[in-house]
Amino acid sequence: MRKKSDVIEREEVVIRFSGDSGDGMQLTGTLFSDTAALFGNDLSTFPDYPAEIRAPQGTVGGVSGFQVHLGHSEINTPGDFSDVLVAMNPAAIKANAKWIKPGGTIIYDEGNFTEKNIEKAGYEKDPISEEKLESYNIIAAPISSMVKEALKDFGLDPKSVLRTKNMFALGMVYWLFDRKLKYTEDYFEKKFRNKPGMAEANKVALRAGYYYAETIEALNPTYKILPAEIAKGTYRNINGNSATAWGFMAAAEKAGLELFIGSYPITPATGILEELAARKDLGVKSFQAEDEIAGICTSLGASFAGNLAVTSTSGPGLALKSEAIGLAVMAELPIVIVNVQRGGPSTGLPTKTEQADLMQALYGRNGECPVVVIASSTPSDCFHFAFEAARIALEHMTPVLLLSDSYLANGTEPWRIPEMKDLPKINPPFADRTETPFLPYKRDDEKLARSWAVPGIAGLEHRIGGLEKTVKGTVSYTPENHEQMVKVRAEKVERVANEIPDLKVYGAKSGDILVVGWGGSFGYLITAVRELQEQGLKVSLVNFNYINPLPKNVKDVFSKFKKIVVCELNLGQFADYLRIKHQEFTYEQINKVQGVPFTVNDIKEKCIKMLEDK
Amino acid sequence: MADTVVYNYTAKDFKSDQEVRWCPGCGDHAVLSSVQKALAELGIPKEKFAFISGIGCSSRFPYYMDTYGFHSIHGRAAAIASGVKTANPELSVWQITGDGDALAIGGNHFIHAIRRNIDINIILFNNEIYGLTKGQYSPTSIKGLVTKTSPFGTVEEPFSVGELVIGAKGKFFARTIDTNVNLSTQIYIEAAKHNGTSVIEVLQNCVIFNDGIHDIIAEKEVRDDRTLILKHGQPMLFGKNNDKGLILEGCRKLKAVKLGENGITEKSILVHDAVEPNPGIQYMLANMRYPEYPVALGVIRSVDGPTYDRSVQEQIEGIKKTAKIKCMDDLLKSGSTWSVG
Repeated sequence: MRKKSDVIEREEVVIRFSGDSGDGMQLTGTLFSDTAALFGNDLSTFPDYPAEIRAPQGTVGGVSGFQVHLGHSEINTPGDFSDVLVAMNPAAIKANAKWIKPGGTIIYDEGNFTEKNIEKAGYEKDPISEEKLESYNIIAAPISSMVKEALKDFGLDPKSVLRTKNMFALGMVYWLFDRKLKYTEDYFEKKFRNKPGMAEANKVALRAGYYYAETIEALNPTYKILPAEIAKGTYRNINGNSATAWGFMAAAEKAGLELFIGSYPITPATGILEELAARKDLGVKSFQAEDEIAGICTSLGASFAGNLAVTSTSGPGLALKSEAIGLAVMAELPIVIVNVQRGGPSTGLPTKTEQADLMQALYGRNGECPVVVIASSTPSDCFHFAFEAARIALEHMTPVLLLSDSYLANGTEPWRIPEMKDLPKINPPFADRTETPFLPYKRDDEKLARSWAVPGIAGLEHRIGGLEKTVKGTVSYTPENHEQMVKVRAEKVERVANEIPDLKVYGAKSGDILVVGWGGSFGYLITAVRELQEQGLKVSLVNFNYINPLPKNVKDVFSKFKKIVVCELNLGQFADYLRIKHQEFTYEQINKVQGVPFTVNDIKEKCIKMLEDK
Repeated sequence: MADTVVYNYTAKDFKSDQEVRWCPGCGDHAVLSSVQKALAELGIPKEKFAFISGIGCSSRFPYYMDTYGFHSIHGRAAAIASGVKTANPELSVWQITGDGDALAIGGNHFIHAIRRNIDINIILFNNEIYGLTKGQYSPTSIKGLVTKTSPFGTVEEPFSVGELVIGAKGKFFARTIDTNVNLSTQIYIEAAKHNGTSVIEVLQNCVIFNDGIHDIIAEKEVRDDRTLILKHGQPMLFGKNNDKGLILEGCRKLKAVKLGENGITEKSILVHDAVEPNPGIQYMLANMRYPEYPVALGVIRSVDGPTYDRSVQEQIEGIKKTAKIKCMDDLLKSGSTWSVG
């Protein structure tokens, strides 16, 4: 029994699991966050791993981390600094020392702090003293030797035994946060269904860690995080890539169409293709193409044939798809292109997050080539915006570029599951069989969308293509016709603004600073802005999801603030875009291009400084 | 029997209202009319045809067909056609392409469509030159060809289309000449009936930039002696008097011979087997070049195998039968969930 006095209640806590990329930190973090979610905490997670599958062991470059932020109240970010760091080797200390809260807890595997590993991490002798962490709550646990001891009668090879170290560490953390082991144990049973020995070994390691933590006094005090007060409903944990994939499937169901994804694996977007490839039960056709270009071209073919067609990629892949996006604009076929942004340019930082593909999404094609651009802003709202992207593509007969990013793709949060009956029906403008002769580029008056005549319908045979056409679909080089068609394609995209929601202001409708964000920075920005508001500062937030076209009330919202500060993970692309679209305002910028999200502190300190400067 | 519909089409039913804009004398005109004739005889309703093309002179083809058509971008027709067919296997999908479009910029999509054995029909117009950009060498131009981008002659080896198709695990390969409308029509019909990727190489004449490139085998006076029209199950005979043929010399090399010479009788002549899965002899036939050999025309290889589009469909149907998740609501509620309130 735990003594009550030893337990402190906390509003929120941040835990970071960190080790070699082969140490199983991603799994450890995921199991911990699932357990916390089932308990009823709100949470947000952030996996952070190197591009190399097995980077050199013991080096800082090979450190893989998983951060979980859980709380009794609303949680919008994985947290800036961790309260508890689990370090499986000295390199994990090196990589995370400056991200631990002063006085925080560090649990490390003593057995792995060998002279060789200490040296590999760039320390001389003692990582703790060299980082000046002596005053922290340091728990040197002999994890390696404890699992060896606990599993000595299992007849496992030494490698398999050491592979359970992460579960020993997880057991310790469960005790520290007073969590039940059942979810994790059930996971072992499922995962090792055919290897009952391994399931049992992992259970023993987990329990050994749990009891070890209970036995040693070093772990006082333990933390208690009560369940969060969140809206009624059924919840699940979901990451951004899965939510995106599910949003497309929901849209296909609501449109009564088959879903087709043509795609080529690329980090960090691959999860979308994998998730959809697994859903044959829902009839999804997934086509792993020979390259990025074939990814979008097979999708465009499927769109021509009447499917809801999507393709997924990341920045370098988007570059390869540009010409085919132009064809989709010209042929006026519905297609959604998802770009899960990563650090660029070129191969850049494949596993890290960035928001630097905005200009590429808006303008990265030849000719006057407008597409609708939408950005998701949390792991779970990727579902909603994937659905929206598909709805707009289908109802307006236009390509839609959906921007996500590495942080959203891999981050998870609890998500209140919607019911399909609450989602709107999607109505593509299918051509009427009686419309003969069928004119491929005849438009409806309201949206300017052309009709979709799907092969297989008698009487609607027609030709489309990349050459400029007249309304009849005849190739035309007439100067006036080209200009007219260029304008009408632009106007079609502009008119999407008629049915997107107004920009929402978080906080007062007027004030000293309006923090402006877009897409995946939302969590950090809202947390920072709320904390500034609690300090009595007149700061509000808007976060854009609809980038092209912009919501109609932008001018109205912006005009009520003294300063507009655009925060984004690039050198100022959205700020520049706003300078084009809304020249009447002056924009200040907070930018970061380090492959990692903002921190709440970054934003707060810079806003406070701007207020002082006024 | 009430459901059987007979389609009495003629070639004219497949002509669109667009003015054909190829150069007068271009081989493409004959290809267009052969294809229109073939389609009329297939018994497939007109609305089921989709013609997909890339970029190049030949890729204007879909505009002249009164079917569903998509004129796309350079090199990508194979990928687009793959998407069309996978999305709707009920369609009869035709890809129109050229030697540059299919083998240079679109080489990757070409080999992968063939490898997957997607049930599309690829008509590859091979004029060994870039016509639309006005006369540069192509991946099938003969080594040494002088063009605007090879003023001193090319130094590259050309692709042999049949060799590439067979190398990419192709199951159907045929060759025809633009001017031979009857043979072409027959080949298009066979290609359409074949389940899987069918590649038809059309030796096509570019009257402006590479005129007469195929004359050495295609001209009326010489064509019977310099080409061999293959028919499955028939001896490989050719020549004006049908007095020449092919034998297998030393079990590894084809040899052109004359009946009556050196004890050769009709019995010595190889019989064409287009359906043999082992491509050994078909490969040699596809690579025959004049003057050592006659150039092989007709269906060289036609082997059955599972198609990608049907396999995708069958996999989905199979999984759906026993699946627990039948709709999105099922999926949303599956796995680990918890209730609040």
